[in-house]
Amino acid sequence: MSKMKALICRECGQEYPTKAIHVCEMCFGPLEVKYNYDEIKAVISRKKIEDGPKSMWRYLDLLPVEGTNFVGPHAGFTPLVRAKNLGAYLGLDNLYIKNDTVNHPTLSFKDRVVAVALTRARELGFETVACASTGNLANSVSAHAASANLHCYVFIPGDLEAAKVLGNLIYKPNVVEVEGNYDDVNRLCSEIAGEHGWAFVNINIRPYYAEGSKTLAFETVEQLGWKTPDQVVVPMASGSLLTKIWKGLHEMKSVGLIDDVRTKVNGAQAEGCSPISTAFKAGRDFFKPVKPKTIAKSLAIGNPADGYYALKTVSESKGAMDMVTDEEVVEGIQLLAQTEGIFAETAGGVTIGVLKKLVKQGLIKKDEVTVAYITGNGLKTQEAVIDAVGRPTRIQPSLVAFEKTFQLGGNGGDA
Amino acid sequence: MIKVRIPTPLRPLTKNQGEVDITAGSITDLVDTLEASYPGIKARLCDDSGELRRFVNIYVNEEDIRFLDGKNTALKTGDEVSIVPAIAGG
Repeated sequence: MSKMKALICRECGQEYPTKAIHVCEMCFGPLEVKYNYDEIKAVISRKKIEDGPKSMWRYLDLLPVEGTNFVGPHAGFTPLVRAKNLGAYLGLDNLYIKNDTVNHPTLSFKDRVVAVALTRARELGFETVACASTGNLANSVSAHAASANLHCYVFIPGDLEAAKVLGNLIYKPNVVEVEGNYDDVNRLCSEIAGEHGWAFVNINIRPYYAEGSKTLAFETVEQLGWKTPDQVVVPMASGSLLTKIWKGLHEMKSVGLIDDVRTKVNGAQAEGCSPISTAFKAGRDFFKPVKPKTIAKSLAIGNPADGYYALKTVSESKGAMDMVTDEEVVEGIQLLAQTEGIFAETAGGVTIGVLKKLVKQGLIKKDEVTVAYITGNGLKTQEAVIDAVGRPTRIQPSLVAFEKTFQLGGNGGDA
Repeated sequence: MIKVRIPTPLRPLTKNQGEVDITAGSITDLVDTLEASYPGIKARLCDDSGELRRFVNIYVNEEDIRFLDGKNTALKTGDEVSIVPAIAGG
């Protein structure tokens, strides 16, 4: 028997076969994978995982693919960095950074979800893959499609950072730049997906794709010595990542890998696009869509598909949400770089900025084991920080010029 | 006439047509008019109290009706309406 039982509607419970569909025909609710946890529990163990590959595929038993012919065999298992310097700065004794800036092959957490999505798409017989993206996803789909010899279309908004555009073109997919924002791209892609029989990773393949994010929870727990963190801080665009981290923690309990989940899940957005955090602060369980205006373009989704579930998750876990200004995003990027030597993209600046706010509000306490999810690499969003980092010190190629400039004194020694 | 684009999950109700032409003065009116031609469609789009379901997005000429007048958004001949499942992307 397969570990996947069916796709099931999160709203009305209607079940469907495990095909390329994402919406319930009855109520338009989202479909997600229903697993046979009893069967998984019988075969999974800490030892089996620890002996597995050094990638996210060590959690294969909890991922929605049937075989082992993986697209993206090296994704995941990124470092969990003990952030002593940043912790000291913020007043936290047990702060960790889950560092997906170094994910393989395209330097963001999207390599996890795409590895699952394209592996599943190939199992379902697709030859063309596609996505609607704010940048990182398109980079990852483009790279993985090239390696798997799949035809590829990526759809991006017209105002992306240069590195995120080039990071598609180099793999030679069809890069479609849509005149509009991400929400326009997403709506267009939903309509295209209805007309063309392609595997849109975050549309008709979304029930499988989104499951890849659970591996961020699995790895965190394993890397903490099979312990759950007390607090996590997660950036929110659609809200999917946050809900899947929560789901991943609970699945580990369901299959007997851990005893209990007491983690508080906190969500982070940028002020210029904060429909979910705004709803949370207003005590609402629904959000109002917005027109995004922020430098955190990877999080610029004004109409977040999982906004409702992100609100539910954070409430259930007794966590919080907050938002930061673009200036605070830049400060957050600089703070992480200058304390921990990790160069994050704008979403990372949002996460660090919100972490700082939550500590200041007393919502995250000094001794709590806290994990901040850093999901993308700063080299891809250089525009955001270029005016904040200063310039190199330029000198003539002479010892005298160097010592004079840095006031180091002469005579062959600097002691 | 108003052109309405029908998403895949509703096409079994519209004889597999991806687009239908109808006459309607507002989104509320459009839903009722669709129901008259394609019985059962309203229950898919609206909950028991008649409100649009949480995971249904409707666009008039590419603009989300939540930025317009919601279900009271006025329609005129030549408008294009898209019904799109909200669960996508990210």
